[in-house]
Formats: sequence, C-alpha cells, structure tokens
Amino acid sequence: MIEFRHVSKIFAGVPAVSDLNLECKTGAFSVLIGTSGSGKSTTLKMINRLVEHDEGTILFAGEEIRSLPVLELRRRMGYAIQSIGLFPHWTVAQNIATVLQLQKWSKAKITARIDELMALLGLDPALRDRYPHQLSGGQQQRVGVARALAADPEVLLMDEPFGALDPVTRGALQQEMIRIHRLLGRTIVLVTHDIDEALQLADHLVLMDNGAIVQQGTPLEMLTRPANDFVKDFFGRSELGVRLLSLHQVKAWVRTNEKPLPGEPLSEELTLREALSAFVARQSDVLPVATADGVPYGTLHFSDLLTTEIARERHS
Amino acid sequence: MNVIRDPLLWLTAAFIALLVLLPHSAGLFSALFPQLPRPLYQQETFIALTLAHFELVGISSLLAIVLGLGAGIIVTRPGGSEFRPLVETIAAVGQTFPPVAVLAIAVPVIGFGKEPAVIALVLYGVLPILQGTLAGMAAVPAGVQDVAKGMGMSDRQRLLKVELPLAAPVIIAGIRTSVIINIGTATIASTVGASTLGTPIIIGLSGFNTAYVIQGAILVALAAIIVDRGFERLAQRFNPHRPAR
Repeated sequence: MIEFRHVSKIFAGVPAVSDLNLECKTGAFSVLIGTSGSGKSTTLKMINRLVEHDEGTILFAGEEIRSLPVLELRRRMGYAIQSIGLFPHWTVAQNIATVLQLQKWSKAKITARIDELMALLGLDPALRDRYPHQLSGGQQQRVGVARALAADPEVLLMDEPFGALDPVTRGALQQEMIRIHRLLGRTIVLVTHDIDEALQLADHLVLMDNGAIVQQGTPLEMLTRPANDFVKDFFGRSELGVRLLSLHQVKAWVRTNEKPLPGEPLSEELTLREALSAFVARQSDVLPVATADGVPYGTLHFSDLLTTEIARERHS
Repeated sequence: MNVIRDPLLWLTAAFIALLVLLPHSAGLFSALFPQLPRPLYQQETFIALTLAHFELVGISSLLAIVLGLGAGIIVTRPGGSEFRPLVETIAAVGQTFPPVAVLAIAVPVIGFGKEPAVIALVLYGVLPILQGTLAGMAAVPAGVQDVAKGMGMSDRQRLLKVELPLAAPVIIAGIRTSVIINIGTATIASTVGASTLGTPIIIGLSGFNTAYVIQGAILVALAAIIVDRGFERLAQRFNPHRPAR
C-alpha cells in the first residue's frame, strides 16, 4: 500500500531520514518505533506530504505520491496526532464530519456516518453536540480517531496518538485500535516511542535510529532475533522475558483436558504477561481460565510459560 | 430581569436621553456658568454631530480593519512571511506618528474636510488590529494546524474554517481597542473642518466656553463606553466554544 524506495529527507543540511526502504503492506498494522529524533515522525509525515521528501520515491497504492493532487492524497488518508488537534470551535459531530464536509457528502449521509463512527469508537451519542473542551482526554482521542476514519480512508496515519493519555485510558484505546483494525482491515501506520504499545499493536514493527531502519519484522522476530546490540538494548535485555510473554494471549496456552479449578478464573484474552503477574500475586502455579464471557473451561500452568515460549523460538 | 440589569441598555438609554435633553438644558448650563453669554452649543444639533462623528469613525475603522486584518493575514501566509517585519514596522510608525501631525501634513496636500481626518485615523488605528490578527493567528494550536493540513484542507479552507474562527476573539480585541481609540481621536478632526462631536470641544476650547467642552466630551465619552460594551458582547458571542482559561 505504501512503499518507500531509497527515500531521503534533509533538514538544513542535516539528514533526518536517509536512504529509507520500507513497505507497509495493505491491511497491515505497521508501527514505526524509535527514540526522539530517529526520523520516525518525519517518515510518517512524508506519506501525506506534510513533509516533502528530497530524494527517492514514495508510492501510495502503486502511484508516486507526487503524481496525485496533494489535497486528494491527504483526503484518502486518515490522520490522527498526539495533541489530538480537535477543532476547539466545532462540536464532536462537526469534528468527525470534517473530511466528509470537504468531500461534500450529503447531510443525511454525514449524519448516518457520524452515528456509525461514534458507535464504533464507543462514544455516547449524547456527546454529539459537546465541544472538545467538555470531553475527557480519552474521549477526545476517540473523537480524533473517529474523525480520521470518517471518510473510510485507505490508510490511517497516526503520530503518537496515545502519547498524552494516562496509562489506563491508553490501554483501553490500544485495545480499541486492535479491535478496529481487525474489524475494518485498514492499513495503519503508527508512530510511537512506547515499546509496549508497539509490541502490542504491530503486525510489522520498524525500529528506526538516526534516520535509518535498524531492523524490521514481526514483534516476535525483533525480540527473539535482534539484529544487533542496539535492538537488544532498545527492547530492554532485562525485560525481554516479560515482553515476549506480552505478545501472546492466555488462550493459546490453556489446557482444556484438566478438571476445572476453584477460584477467580483468568480471562482467556489476557496476555501471558498479565497471567504471569497473576501467578505471582496469587502464589499459585496453576490457575483456572475462563472465556471472555466468564465461563471457566480450562487451566493455565506456570511451567508451560517457561517451556513453550522461549524454547519454541530458539528451535524455530 | 436580566435585560433590565444590562448596563449596555442603560448606557444607550442615557446617551439617547442626553441627545434629546441637551438642546433643552440652556437653563441648567447658564446656572452652572453664569458668566457665559451663550452656554449651549446650538450651531448644529447634537444628533447631527453624533451621526457625523460615527460616520467618520465608521469609515476610518472599516478601512483600518481591512488594512490591518488584510496585512495580518497576508504576512502569516507562507508566501508573505518575508514582509512581516516590514509591515509591522510600518504599522508601528503609523501609530507613533501623532494624528495631529498627520492632519497638519495632509491638509495642505488634500485640503480641509473629512479626507485628511480619515487618513490620520486609519494610520492611527491599523496597529492594534494588525497586532491582534498576528497574535490571534499565532495562538492557533500547532496541532490543529497540522491536522487541518493533514486532512486535506486547502489553504483557503484552513484560513476560513480554522484559523480565522480560532483567532477571532483576539482579532476582535484588537479591533475593539482600535475603534475605542478612534472614537476619542476623531474629535480632533474638527480642527480641519470635519463636523464631529469634537466640534463643540474645539470651539469651546478656543473660545473659553467650558460648557461647550463639557457637552461635547460627555457625549464622546458615553459613545466610547457604549461601543466598548458592545464589543464585549460580541467577544462573548465568539467565546463559548473555547476552553476557559
């Protein structure tokens, strides 16, 4: 869907991005991660031409982005950013309808689309006529995402969208993004410096440093087969174990052939990292597991976390 | 109840009452200033003076708004940013130059009447509007600008739908300052033959007629206060969408 070929960007003589080759596949959730100044935001902004690249070519749906009218290009992409950037003088509904207005949709269609998006993002319909300053941070960011999705864009570009939120709200919105991505199958490119966020969201993870890609691949590949010491350090040597566990859900490790145990069951949708925490907190090496609806159906063994995860990767 | 407590209503009523009652107040002023042979300004009606005054203020403020807002918009566009220091300097010079001096220079060139007064008032009024426009534009959050651009708004759409509405409260504050100064300053236009509420003041000053000065000054002051309250009302109308600061 988006392809960078030998792309460079130079700001006042200093290369911000140099000789970048990158492909964001259709339907993939690509996450660009790196330290401040690694060029990840610049890379994202080159896609919708908020930053113009100096060398190389960038293709969008097979076409060189400069061959398309810039306004049309931008309207085919959703855009959400950290400071949210809701228009403070417009209501929630007007904000969501921004691109629809630009594309001159009919009033009835816009109203229907707003309802649909507010339901998708879990926004109470009563918020329609509120102004952004009357919403909580999490609600604002939901509106920001709804606005970016409004015209059903081919690509969704997100620049540290959850950076300014508290951990609880951020977690909820990350879950929401995963759900929306599964539901809509949109191509998403997200920039973040939060490692756990990147590991949780990405199908395709791109680690950048000094304007170049250090390594790209699935989160699992990055953790288990780091290309060099920088990658190892970046993902935290000491926390490698828990980060690996965070990539998987309880349901993949559950044993269903044992009789149910008493006690508060784990939800099968928790990550193994959360399960590990539960093992330690409850001083137990076997815990019951239930479906998301709370119906117990199996058990999770502490020892399984050790044998399977790391071993599988080592041998594969 | 709220309508009755509204100061704007009372001030306007007081102004109209003054316009109606002043022509009948000869007795009052002769009691206050017994030494004056003619204690009430009667060459023109106060209503005519007020209308002329507001015409002068209206024309010059409108021109100042067009110039100040226009220049402010142009120099905040990417293509016009190079002219920003120049425009700011010219506007600052315009305000530093005393309007009386502008009148003194303009009259020999274009003659007596309203025109030199308009020039002086416009020059004097542009700076606050320009500054308000620049400050208002600068206060539009960078994130909002970024998103507006990223969502595919054209330059014109960004200006009209995002920047100007968000900058409006600050721009209106600048216009408010400019117009209020203008109402007071317009009185000196009477020195070059324009008819304004300053006419009784100027005649009163040159003829040692304190009563004339008071009659003109009260009306000008009240007019300025009324317009100021009116602008406050306008500013409130633009404000409810913005977070309380």
